[in-house]
Amino acid sequence: MKLQRNGRTKALAIGALAVVSSLTLAACGSDNNSSSNSSSSPAAAGSSAASASSIACNGATGQLLAAGSTAQQNAMTQWVKDFQAACSGVTINYQGTGSGAGITSFQTGKVAFAGSDAAMKAADVAKTQGTACQNGGKGINIPMIGGPIAIGYNLPGVTNLVLDAKTLAQIFTGKITKWDDPAIKALNSSANLPSLPIQTFHRSDGSGTTANFTAYLAAAAPADYTFAPNKLWQAKGGQAAAGSAGLAAQVKQVQGSISYFELSYATQQSISTVQVNTGASAPVAVSTAAASKAVGDAKVVGTAPDLALDLKAAYTTKTDGAYPIVLVTYEIACDKGNAASTLPTLKSFLTYISSTAGQNSVSSLGYFPLPAALQTQVQQTISSLS
Amino acid sequence: METPRETSAPPSDREPHKTPNLAGSSPRRGRSSLADSSGTGRRGDAIFKFASSGSGILLLVIMAAIAAFLTVRAISAISADHGNFLTTSDWQTQADPITFGIAAIATGTIVSAVVAMVIAVPVALGIALFISHYAPRRIAQALGYVVDLLAAVPSIVFGLWGALFLVPHMLGVNAWLNQYFGWTYVFHQNEPGTQPRSLFTVGVVLAIMILPIITAVSREIFLQVPRAHEEAALALGATRWEMIRTAVIPFGRSGIISASMLGLGRALGETMAVATVLSPSYVINLHILDPAGSTIAQTIASQFGESQGTGRDALIAAGLVLFVITLVVNGGARMIIARRKEYSGADA
Amino acid sequence: MSSLATSSRSLGSSLTERRLPRWMPVANLALAALIAIALGAGFGFSSKLQWCLIGAILFVAIQYTASALVEGRRHAKNTVATSLVWVAFLLALLPLISVLWMTISKGIGVINADFLTHSMNGVAINQDGGGLYHALIGTLEQVALASLFAAPVGILTAVYLVEYGRGNRLGKAISFFVDVMTGVPSIVAGLFILSFWIIILNMPFTGFAGAMALAILMLPVVVRSTEEMLKLVPNELREASLALGVPKWLTITRVVLPTALGGIVTGVMLAVARIVGETAPILMLVFGADTINYNPFSNPQSSLPLYVWTEYGKGTDQSQARAWGGALVLIAVVMVLNLVARGLARWKAPKGLSR
Repeated sequence: MKLQRNGRTKALAIGALAVVSSLTLAACGSDNNSSSNSSSSPAAAGSSAASASSIACNGATGQLLAAGSTAQQNAMTQWVKDFQAACSGVTINYQGTGSGAGITSFQTGKVAFAGSDAAMKAADVAKTQGTACQNGGKGINIPMIGGPIAIGYNLPGVTNLVLDAKTLAQIFTGKITKWDDPAIKALNSSANLPSLPIQTFHRSDGSGTTANFTAYLAAAAPADYTFAPNKLWQAKGGQAAAGSAGLAAQVKQVQGSISYFELSYATQQSISTVQVNTGASAPVAVSTAAASKAVGDAKVVGTAPDLALDLKAAYTTKTDGAYPIVLVTYEIACDKGNAASTLPTLKSFLTYISSTAGQNSVSSLGYFPLPAALQTQVQQTISSLS
Repeated sequence: METPRETSAPPSDREPHKTPNLAGSSPRRGRSSLADSSGTGRRGDAIFKFASSGSGILLLVIMAAIAAFLTVRAISAISADHGNFLTTSDWQTQADPITFGIAAIATGTIVSAVVAMVIAVPVALGIALFISHYAPRRIAQALGYVVDLLAAVPSIVFGLWGALFLVPHMLGVNAWLNQYFGWTYVFHQNEPGTQPRSLFTVGVVLAIMILPIITAVSREIFLQVPRAHEEAALALGATRWEMIRTAVIPFGRSGIISASMLGLGRALGETMAVATVLSPSYVINLHILDPAGSTIAQTIASQFGESQGTGRDALIAAGLVLFVITLVVNGGARMIIARRKEYSGADA
Repeated sequence: MSSLATSSRSLGSSLTERRLPRWMPVANLALAALIAIALGAGFGFSSKLQWCLIGAILFVAIQYTASALVEGRRHAKNTVATSLVWVAFLLALLPLISVLWMTISKGIGVINADFLTHSMNGVAINQDGGGLYHALIGTLEQVALASLFAAPVGILTAVYLVEYGRGNRLGKAISFFVDVMTGVPSIVAGLFILSFWIIILNMPFTGFAGAMALAILMLPVVVRSTEEMLKLVPNELREASLALGVPKWLTITRVVLPTALGGIVTGVMLAVARIVGETAPILMLVFGADTINYNPFSNPQSSLPLYVWTEYGKGTDQSQARAWGGALVLIAVVMVLNLVARGLARWKAPKGLSR
């Protein structure tokens, strides 16, 4: 009995400790991550002064919700950080729920804007009228930032692998199954290719990255990739993993593997990437600059103020030093009839991220700015939002 | 040598001479009681009975609402389906003629859950018995806590652990199973050497995830076995195992099945861990070592983000199927329990 | 219990039967381990998992043979059962240790006071620092709200099933649908609340919306486990109480529920452990946030599993370290909740009944 009493006291003590510690915890939470110690904060303020000067808050205030594409989430995190630092009292909350869920949330008026890796279809635009967008407005696609899609591979001893659209399509559709296949050898005469089976990995979840990669395959190798571009992987065979992080982890783990993901995942995990033979004078390695070059060829196909792009020219580019596998991600907002309470914040935030300072601030994260001509159009569109 | 089992009458045999169900008839009894003369008893009874039956009805209402919601959305999706909802394996809700069916995902769900149950139930019962009847008393409680700790690990962590740690370690097990048990068809590998991100590995992860649930509930039940039953068995010369088989297991049978059903429910509906570990594809593949197949919950989770309109409704239709699978499985389990006489303190 | 078993065994051995010496299992275990290591190394099995499995099978086999030779068939069976039970327990420890080791080794690096007390507000993905305070608050509030609804409703439903509804049609219906409810996947519960609460009733994303979905997930686990525990309360207790003229509701609240309290608390904690790690409904209903929001009834919140998921998905070394740190904190939170609940249960439980 005595023993039991002891146990009880101990349990009570632990409980009391837990309650006390959680109360202490509740008292000292902080949203302030600007610097860990106060002495360095003037320096930090000085360094961000350049970008801060380009941020015009223009009455931005309160909380703004946005959701959608995971491909632009990393850029958003950076933009939100800089914007909130410049405009006090503003909270911008962007969640990478996926483009489809983001558009659905936007259509039901739950978020001020949605991020999407593909332009909205006409049916989706219709669903924004009268719900998210009042006063006869409708949802429009605003291209915002581009990112190259890297083809990562894991092949010990092979560092400068060169592939072209045709071999990529054949690898990802299971027609080429060995790394020492003649088609690969022809492109890599100097490399010592092992006789390993090729293990391709694709996204198991619906994804804008898959949509853009398959759009590239369909545009650049129509004879070998016969499926329509799709957010869901269409070809049979191969293995799948969830999310770009999942794919990168698999490529890192499995010898003989090949997969596609945003450039930042390859850089972060130091995964070797394929150089693409586009028909230009030399194979092109993946980089933001090379991808930016390819997007210069893209055309606007949306009717103003909608700025939906056609990337077919980028996918099939033969320009020297232009990397063809790219993704351009959009923000979707109303041209007219945005919610009045969030309109100033929305406009000022979008203005900042489409500005040159905003566009360049995320280049180290694997994104590239829009071509100058397009950027001007985007900024005009944003300033006309009402 | 069979005498101990014969004489230590299993509790289930006591059922025929049923004592009057006191619990059911107590309100009448209560009328003559002393406490009732004050009047508070009956009013308290009424309120309490109302509250408890109200809770039950609330639960039914929630279930009805969920079922109605699932059905309405599912019907709109199925009417837009260009494939046969029951026999199509593919899941193409983003393509132009929308084609989807549950053949592959329902099979995958059941296969992974079966693997999980086959592994988890015996191990869980073993652990529960270990804690209740084998472990030294002083450490038994601590051990129980250790197992509960497994329940504290969130499914994402299990998923990441499965993908990053277990999958590489399953390579050898897979190769071995394929080599020596490949003839069983189930353990045959079409492409040996691929990553074991298969329904089998998913089953193993699910088994680990549902272990604590089954263990914790059966442990509590084993601890409640009347000591008199156990001592009677031992006094008749039964070994500890014979005592457990004749006194403990029959007493806990309904509870064990309930505990397993709780575990099964979780195994069928697990999302994130499956999505992280499995390499899904929409084909029916009963070679469970191959990286193929998919489950309903995983399909919903991995496609929800990019689905809109009919695509979303199609996922809800898949959810309805999962609902129906659970309904059928539980109905079956219930029939098994009902056929064997139930033993419980409130009933005997 | 076990003391009785051992005493009866020692009694038996001294009087009649031949028994294996007490050190035998240990010796056999060592033997099995040796052979397993030899086999594993000999055949070059890369995975330690296989070594353990081979060792386990060998141990049971050796135990059986030894016992069958010395003690006879009945005791051999008993020995095998004992060995199997031990093996089952050790087998379950392996993944637990492995998971914990992985989480701790990857997550401990980021845990410090700042991590526990700061939100992710304004932290870039490739930047150290930031924390999970906002997620911790979100998780605690959402789980508390869900439990406030699901625990009483669940326990009352179980009381109805055991004390009032036995055999009647309503009882059977409830009991059946509780089972079905255990199979409602979290994402479907999330979709349901999303359609009704967020879309049809046009409510904003809040912690409360997530808590409702979590409550749906929690309810069946609470009902099922509580029901099993209530069934096991000996009828003698009820009869004694009723015979003393105590009204039924007092019998239930003062006699039946306290007797089963330990089991009920275990059940509720299991349910909490189940919902605390849910990601999908949180993402759908609570939306997620990088800033601290103490009010679960307005504006988005975050939660620990969501934090782990998004940080892991960002893919940088810093964010993945944060993800593992979040996982570690999540496990710790559930452990602490579990300890507190057990402490309370032991404190409130009737004396002398605990075993």
